[in-house]
Amino acid sequence: MNVAVLAGGRTPERDVSLRSGHRVLTAMQELGHDAWLIDPGETPLAESLQEREPDVCYLALHGKEGEDGTVQRLLDLLQIPYTGTAAFDCEVAFDKILAKDALARADVPTPPWVAIEGWALRDLGAGVALGKAIEHVGLPCVVKPSRSGSALGVGTVEREADLPAAVMAALSFSGAAVVETRIDGTEVAIGLVGTPLETVPVVEIVPKGGVYDYAARYTAGATEYFAPARVEDEVTAACTGASLRAAEALGLRGVTRVDAIVDAHGDPWVLEVNVCPGMTETSLLPMGAHAAGMSLADLCDRILRSVPSRG
Amino acid sequence: MAEFSIDRFVDLYAHRTSGMSASEVRALFAVASRPEVVSLAGGMPYVQAIPEEDVLEVVRQVLDEHGTSSLQYGGGQGHPALRERLLALMAEEGVEADAEDVVVTTGAQQALDLTGKIFIDAGDLIAVEAPAYVGALTAFSAYEPRYLQIDVDEDGMKVDQLEEALVRGERPKFVYTCPNFGNPAGVTLSYPRREQLVSLCREASIPIIEDNPYGMLRFEGEPLPCLRTLDPENVIYLGTVSKVFSPGVRVGWALAEQSVVQRLVLAKEAADLCGSAFTMLVTERYLAGDRWRGNLETLVETYRRRRDAMLEAIEEHFPDGAMWTLPAGGFYVWVTLPEWFDTQAMLAAAVERRVAYVPGTAFYPDGRGKHQMRLAFCYPTEDRIREGIARLGSLLEDEEQLYRSLHP
Repeated sequence: MNVAVLAGGRTPERDVSLRSGHRVLTAMQELGHDAWLIDPGETPLAESLQEREPDVCYLALHGKEGEDGTVQRLLDLLQIPYTGTAAFDCEVAFDKILAKDALARADVPTPPWVAIEGWALRDLGAGVALGKAIEHVGLPCVVKPSRSGSALGVGTVEREADLPAAVMAALSFSGAAVVETRIDGTEVAIGLVGTPLETVPVVEIVPKGGVYDYAARYTAGATEYFAPARVEDEVTAACTGASLRAAEALGLRGVTRVDAIVDAHGDPWVLEVNVCPGMTETSLLPMGAHAAGMSLADLCDRILRSVPSRG
Repeated sequence: MAEFSIDRFVDLYAHRTSGMSASEVRALFAVASRPEVVSLAGGMPYVQAIPEEDVLEVVRQVLDEHGTSSLQYGGGQGHPALRERLLALMAEEGVEADAEDVVVTTGAQQALDLTGKIFIDAGDLIAVEAPAYVGALTAFSAYEPRYLQIDVDEDGMKVDQLEEALVRGERPKFVYTCPNFGNPAGVTLSYPRREQLVSLCREASIPIIEDNPYGMLRFEGEPLPCLRTLDPENVIYLGTVSKVFSPGVRVGWALAEQSVVQRLVLAKEAADLCGSAFTMLVTERYLAGDRWRGNLETLVETYRRRRDAMLEAIEEHFPDGAMWTLPAGGFYVWVTLPEWFDTQAMLAAAVERRVAYVPGTAFYPDGRGKHQMRLAFCYPTEDRIREGIARLGSLLEDEEQLYRSLHP
């Protein structure tokens, strides 16, 4: 098969994406495909895809553009099949405000939250209602950009007085911020692949510094991982159940990763989903797959096979 | 169950590497290097001002005159011909020296590393100006010092603060400063403070590390004597050709007492045996004759116009409450915003608006500088600088509006 691997782009996750993309490219070549890499940050994408038309695009783009439905819509227009979730569902899944709403409607547990829009602060005087956010979600809470990845712009707020600065930091990355209750517990990631989606073993995340932030994610050795997670079987079952329900609620397909936190009672709370999960050497989905005996090439093969055929 | 070790040597690394980690700011700089972004972040010299034919000619001379010996290993102290030539370069700034007291390094950056290596044991106190060149801090930090930070104002390092610390009984191993159009603050240490610093350190037997990459990039005013000139025995002087010729040749040097030089040479040999004979000789030939002076004049004139463009644009676009330095040379303007600004958090929004800077926190060892930023005027054209400052100005205005809306 002719496979264009899309990686790079113009987001702060560019470097991470290129690392994912190069690993996927090697895996594709190992599988015997005629594969090449396109970096939409360097090459005009549409032109490049028309010049050398692939049978399928593997999306290894992270962050805006790659995960928010933009690239997916372009590929729909060009009628080129692609890995993962369809455009509209990407748009919802990538936006934490929309995604959390969809999860809550489907009774998937997600930490209580409120959304704060930048323009509502600037033009509608929403700042006077900031205290309501704390009333609703309590302290400590976590403030995140609604549309960003890799924990960029994410902050923890312990005192109410620190909320405005955290909101400003999140709004630097996105037009809106999500303020949610911080759930203490064990961080886990559940990878899902195939059609229908099936889970790979749950990965437990133990950041040495206590916080799974950008540095903890991308500095080798800064975080310990256990796969399968060191939790009771019922907890694993609850995690896989919640992740499958989350995927269904959001219309995810082919490949995805659900990030969750397991509280002291063993109950999982879904934090977010990733429609183009990282495939780097420090990434969670390949780690979970490895625990099930799948190589990166096996994993890529399953992802590729789950792409609906053209037309 | 398997524990996944991403890095199977993770428990084996030296403690001094613990501060080396991935960061959001680095991730954003990957985007900031894109052509549509006006980068006021990096301090890249405008090497386009060096005519290619000048370089070709000296490369040919090196091969003609030195043949394959220019492709061979050399001594750890650096090629004697280059060391002689560097004396002439230093003499331009009034520094007199002997070629035996010079050790050529891979950029002045290696001189910083080697200085750290020969002076700092883990836990030692060293004094640095605050803010200080980030590359000096990262070089020193690998040797795990404690920092005594001496604030900087428009006249450079506040030497009184250092004096107070010495009176309190603090005994730093050395004092690090970049006295001419310093990186990042762009300020110059005043003459009275130079005298005060030199005599204070001499009395206390504390060596001064004088980092002088920008001294020859003066736009106006009279040059001040180097610290090294004021006290040749107690000052370790670091120089570089990165700003007068090319950072690509990686030629810097340290000038110091023989006892220090000997240690630096041994440390240099342990690190990389010797510098590149080829680029040392290319540099030597480039600095022979007078061609380099004309090129330097072009560079200084270019930087001066860019500085003017930046200062005018800042004046026009930055909000009330912002303060900035007025550099008389060098590469940088240092901006201090009202306390509530967080320039690190704001960087993503800046890059989104296609402009980049370096957040102030990079220039302090202890996380200060949240409301400050460094702006480099050396690389973009004047039009791009004006465009970049306008973008930044409108961002600052929007941030201020957002801040007010969050604090009704």
